[in-house]
Amino acid sequence: MKQPKRSGLAVEAQDLVKVFGDNRAVDGVNLSVPTGMIYGVLGPNGAGKTTVINMLATLLKPDDGTAKIFGHDVQKESQIVRQLIGVTGQYASVDEVLSATENLIIFSRLLGLSGPQASKKAKDLLEEFGLTEAAKRPISKFSGGMRRRLDLAVSLIAQPPLIFLDEPTTGLDPRTRTQMWNTIRKLVDSGSTILLTTQYLDEADQLADRIAVIDKGKVVAEGTPSELKSSVGTATLLLKLASTNDAHKALGIVQDVLKVRSQQVDANKVSAPMSNPEGVTDVLVALRGAGIHLSGVSVQEPTLDEVFFALTGNSVTKDGTDNDEEGETE
Amino acid sequence: MSSSATMIIPATERNLKNSRGFLGTIRDSFTMAYRGLLKFRHTPEQFFDVVLQPILFVPMFTYIFGGAIAGNTKAYLPIIIPGILAQTIITASLVTGTMLREDMDKGVFNRFKSLPMARIAPLAGALMADTVRYVIATTITFAMGYLLGYRPGAGLKDVLAAGLLVIFFAWCLSWIFAFLGMIAKSASGVQGISLLILFPLTFLSNAFVPIKTLPHWLQGFVKANPVSHLITAVRQLTTYGTIGHDFWFSIGGALIIVAVFAPLTVQVYMRKANS
Repeated sequence: MKQPKRSGLAVEAQDLVKVFGDNRAVDGVNLSVPTGMIYGVLGPNGAGKTTVINMLATLLKPDDGTAKIFGHDVQKESQIVRQLIGVTGQYASVDEVLSATENLIIFSRLLGLSGPQASKKAKDLLEEFGLTEAAKRPISKFSGGMRRRLDLAVSLIAQPPLIFLDEPTTGLDPRTRTQMWNTIRKLVDSGSTILLTTQYLDEADQLADRIAVIDKGKVVAEGTPSELKSSVGTATLLLKLASTNDAHKALGIVQDVLKVRSQQVDANKVSAPMSNPEGVTDVLVALRGAGIHLSGVSVQEPTLDEVFFALTGNSVTKDGTDNDEEGETE
Repeated sequence: MSSSATMIIPATERNLKNSRGFLGTIRDSFTMAYRGLLKFRHTPEQFFDVVLQPILFVPMFTYIFGGAIAGNTKAYLPIIIPGILAQTIITASLVTGTMLREDMDKGVFNRFKSLPMARIAPLAGALMADTVRYVIATTITFAMGYLLGYRPGAGLKDVLAAGLLVIFFAWCLSWIFAFLGMIAKSASGVQGISLLILFPLTFLSNAFVPIKTLPHWLQGFVKANPVSHLITAVRQLTTYGTIGHDFWFSIGGALIIVAVFAPLTVQVYMRKANS
């Protein structure tokens, strides 16, 4: 883990609430993000991740609670907060009909750069993000990966100390995703703090120094990736049953013996988090006593997916790359 | 990144202000107007209406109504050119509302909201950039008239003054459509409501036929219609080079529109921009 370069909190949110109609999209979220790290907000579609980001980025007024960015209140000092953040959304928020250069120049001007400074900035950023050849093309002709890169480039014009990345790699191919990860790591090296949301567990695992797991508008767990993993067990027991008819019964036995939530992962497979390897013996004895035959037993290191299941009872990885719009503003 | 040597300046060492200030607001509005002009350059089809409408309507109305109303087409031109000018320019200002709405529904508007820029700049810039459309509409209408033999009785200076009056009027009127753009649910909704306003306003005026030929009950509305006053003012300016009470009436009417709709629009807009 990287050492924070400065003390103090980049993000400090207390009891944030946002209600859309009957839906409490964000229901009392607390977040503390120390300066200088990558902080991951992990959750399934519709968990309220985007809504949290939108409130922290001054795009949406919280219905309740407070949020501070480097000590500045997002509501009372919104213009100051906007000078400290860069926001890259799920959908490319750049001008479709304009070229990459024109986009960068206009956003640079709006951020207070002079004409010549804006032109230079646009040129530098295009080079940095490998977009120089596409500089004059309208964005509507860009690929998904190129749009994300331009979108991130725009967020970096003012070199903000805090960058919000809302699902930065959703829908990208594996190669482009790895490139994006490298870019994000370099940003932190240059002194930025990054708050990213993701529904990919491996992304949170790979990038984030700390993770908040969010479900149904609430933070259900918080910690470093290894803390989260050890909180639900040091390993996972996977039982392969000889007969699929026994699955339900086996599930019950495992839960009774290990006193944890177990999960049926396949027609004939049952898994459970396990803090003590000795527990395997008890489980096996109990299964034999019940007359349940096994065709295989294995013990695996825990993944964040299991952490997530243990915390929320849902699987995050169930659906693919598609996103819904969780509580967009009208 | 190649320039990883440049370190980010920490939040605590930055000089921060919680307001954009007056000059900043002006600057941002001009930047947004520049953005509008760039968009025009990339999508010239946005000019179809202001270019094609006068090219099509000037000969059409001149040849259809010219003989019936003024005896011959040449005598009709000084009447119809100001009429079509008003109609074209009002159509052009209507599009402002539709385009603004389309723009606000795009992801880029979220980006604008996240920047420390003046909140009002996207609206102000859009309305500024749209004056280009009005200038094009005005120029082409006069040019088409000239091709058909229209020779304004007054000098070039008065024709220019008439053009400026019309452009100013259109700009003021565009606030109505900008307001509709703010409150409507979708861009097509804006267009629907706007057309309902546009047709009575332009056809129930003195744009195409003399008021005397209309039924009595209609004359009252037509005479009160600010568009009628605008057209009369343009006719007087281009034909005699005079400024009558119609000139002041149309300017006054336009200013009242701005006085009513600008605060309303800004209020709704700011609420959306800050939500």
